[in-house]
Amino acid sequence: MGKIILSVDDSASIRQMVKFTLTKEGYEVIEASDGVDALAKITGKKVDMVVTDLNMPNMDGITLIKELRKQAAYKFIPIIMLTTESQDSKKLEGKAAGATGWIVKPFKPEQLLGVVKKVLG
Amino acid sequence: MSADIHKQAFVTEAGELLEELEQSLMELENTPDDSDLVAKVFRAMHTIKGSGSMFGFDNLAAFVHGIETAYDLVREGKLAVTQEMIENSLKSCDVIKEMVADETIDSSGGVAAALKNFFAALQGGGASAAKPAEKARERKSSLTTFRVQFKPHEDIFTRGVNVQLLLNEIAELGECKVIAHPENVPYLDELESEKCYVNWDIILTTDKGENAIRDVFIFVEDDCDITITPVAFYDGESADDHERIGEILVEKGDISRIELEAILSEKKRLGEILVEKGAVAPSAIDAALEEQKHIREIKAKKSEAEGMTSIRVQSDKLDFLVDLVGELVTVQARLSQTAARKNEPELLKIAEDVERLVWDLRDNTMSIRMLPIGSTFSKFNRLVRDLSHTLGKKIDLVTEGAETELDKTVIEKLNDPLVHLIRNSIDHGLEMPEERKSAGKKETGTITLSARHSGDSVLIQITDDGRGIDPEKVRRKAIEKGLIAETVELTAKEACELILAPGFSTAEAVSNISGRGVGMDVVKRNIEALKGTLDITSEKGKGTVISLKLPLTLAIIDGLLIKVSDQFFIIPLAVVEECIELTPKDIANSHGRSIIQVRGDIVPYIKLRELFGIRSEVPEIQQIVVTEIDGRRVGFVTDSVIGDHQTVIKSLGKIFKEVHGVSGASILGDGSVALIIDAVKIYHGIE
Repeated sequence: MGKIILSVDDSASIRQMVKFTLTKEGYEVIEASDGVDALAKITGKKVDMVVTDLNMPNMDGITLIKELRKQAAYKFIPIIMLTTESQDSKKLEGKAAGATGWIVKPFKPEQLLGVVKKVLG
Repeated sequence: MSADIHKQAFVTEAGELLEELEQSLMELENTPDDSDLVAKVFRAMHTIKGSGSMFGFDNLAAFVHGIETAYDLVREGKLAVTQEMIENSLKSCDVIKEMVADETIDSSGGVAAALKNFFAALQGGGASAAKPAEKARERKSSLTTFRVQFKPHEDIFTRGVNVQLLLNEIAELGECKVIAHPENVPYLDELESEKCYVNWDIILTTDKGENAIRDVFIFVEDDCDITITPVAFYDGESADDHERIGEILVEKGDISRIELEAILSEKKRLGEILVEKGAVAPSAIDAALEEQKHIREIKAKKSEAEGMTSIRVQSDKLDFLVDLVGELVTVQARLSQTAARKNEPELLKIAEDVERLVWDLRDNTMSIRMLPIGSTFSKFNRLVRDLSHTLGKKIDLVTEGAETELDKTVIEKLNDPLVHLIRNSIDHGLEMPEERKSAGKKETGTITLSARHSGDSVLIQITDDGRGIDPEKVRRKAIEKGLIAETVELTAKEACELILAPGFSTAEAVSNISGRGVGMDVVKRNIEALKGTLDITSEKGKGTVISLKLPLTLAIIDGLLIKVSDQFFIIPLAVVEECIELTPKDIANSHGRSIIQVRGDIVPYIKLRELFGIRSEVPEIQQIVVTEIDGRRVGFVTDSVIGDHQTVIKSLGKIFKEVHGVSGASILGDGSVALIIDAVKIYHGIE
């Protein structure tokens, strides 16, 4: 059974790249375009991991992480945030919200896979 | 190419974003204080930059960076939107459009440079220069033993961190021992299951350097205390000798030197005294002892490697040894079972010790029989050279993973299938030099032969960059051979599967290389006889990949022990996916067809009771062992599932040659015989 990864990003091309890279490795990917969309799409679903952008309309990544950590089902799953540059303040904010790790954009498919393998196994 | 798809997606996306951006900018012109609009503009710039740099639009990303920063300042209230800024932002949109259309345009001249300067000036000249690239990695360092003290904070789990994975990752860096310190775990009534109370000492010998260890913990740096101390080096001289346990404890701060010396004056084994006195926790002593032992072992190994010797042993002596170990495993299972039944503490203890020793002995014996696959690989160089002369094709043979180890018997039986597969790839796969040239490929074709471990099996792949399998050609041939009906359409995957069907051969002319009647179906059967699987994937015009998955050894496998009436069976654990119940309700639901719904999927099943003609009462609730065969799920119905079983495979002898569906037998702890089910054959037989 493939593990299910939720990819949240307002950029369709990044979502496509994430999905393409992860499905090739046998993961199942649910796509969402922002925090609100993400929460709606995973209601009642099992998700093994989340990869989320931080800057998004409607609900940003930090809020999404906080919302997810409030729900028992997503309390302990790995959540990876995508940050541009190494914005240390954003990184800290994300960690405080409960993010497991981060990937700095731009990243290559191999880097994404490396991080997914690292936190999801 | 995948990169092109992504680039295309970005170009489309950028187009949409720019339209939105222009709209927002014009609105912003009228209401410069609208923070929602500012956020929108910022996000659009942010996405264009972020996604752009992901897909290779570096010039674009560099150009947009300044604008993004400016709007970030606006967002934070540090900068006000001006008419000029809007004007220049709109101009920038045009520049971005050009840059998206042609990624070679850079912003070093003309309008772009002027715009760049304008936005840089807005930030008060404080446009933060891109961070200098991270320092080049530490050069590969020599073999060192590190002591890593890893103390996660109690709330580490709520960050989605899996400590087990971290420890596994560390273990991959080199020779590693992990000691857990559970002293801080509270009593059950005070224990909060969401907290982490344990800390770990990891003793690791690696040549990858300290940075590699730090990298493992990169995400948890702030959520734990980590101390990494090099404790021993192995560069010839015996530099740091950490032989004494007291020294290690003092150095780690587990005990002070004065305390230690006071205790040392009493003559007893230090570790025992320290624990007795309550000076240190037992696990701290364990950790120190482990460290001591670990360093000694590495040193021993090191000196051994320097004076490595080997002896030659006749292979039949080895085979005999493996047989004996197999018998021993069986007897040991009997001992364990008897001990468990008698429930005598003393006997149980002995049984456990014997079990541990037998497992070690088994693993060791198996490893003696392991050979690197490279010896087989090297033979193929000659084969490829000869073929390339006969056929007039230019071929490069690349081998990877020659050091991958496999059981000797598997390697021997692998030779013929590999020869056949490589011949096939060269004959059918690779094109003539002219044909390659006109297809825009290099004249010389490449065949890659690679081997690597994957789980408890070895994956061997033969990859060519030839013409690939043409589903249409396969279809025509299959119709000609009467394998499929004329109306059937084939997907690429089905075409690949058809090639493996008996009686199929695509060579238009029978050459003396391939097409000599030995079809791919024979190769497939050979691989299956080795308990392996064969898969083909191919892309027309790009090439073909043939993957063989083989078990590490044939003598002992992991099996799932099941029971129908009073007869035991074993299904190789490699094919088992899950076990589910079959209730009378399920049977009623399927209306007499042998299928069951598993989470929405329909899975057909085979009743072992009927297959093997066992006459006895059917229990109310039966079990289904769901297996995966050739990518399809098939269930086997049994009365009960007993559990996993180290299966020593015994062949059944000549009399049983014609018995289908059983590939061997194994003797259980109580002396009874379990038949090993050949799930693949049964499945194909039924199909």
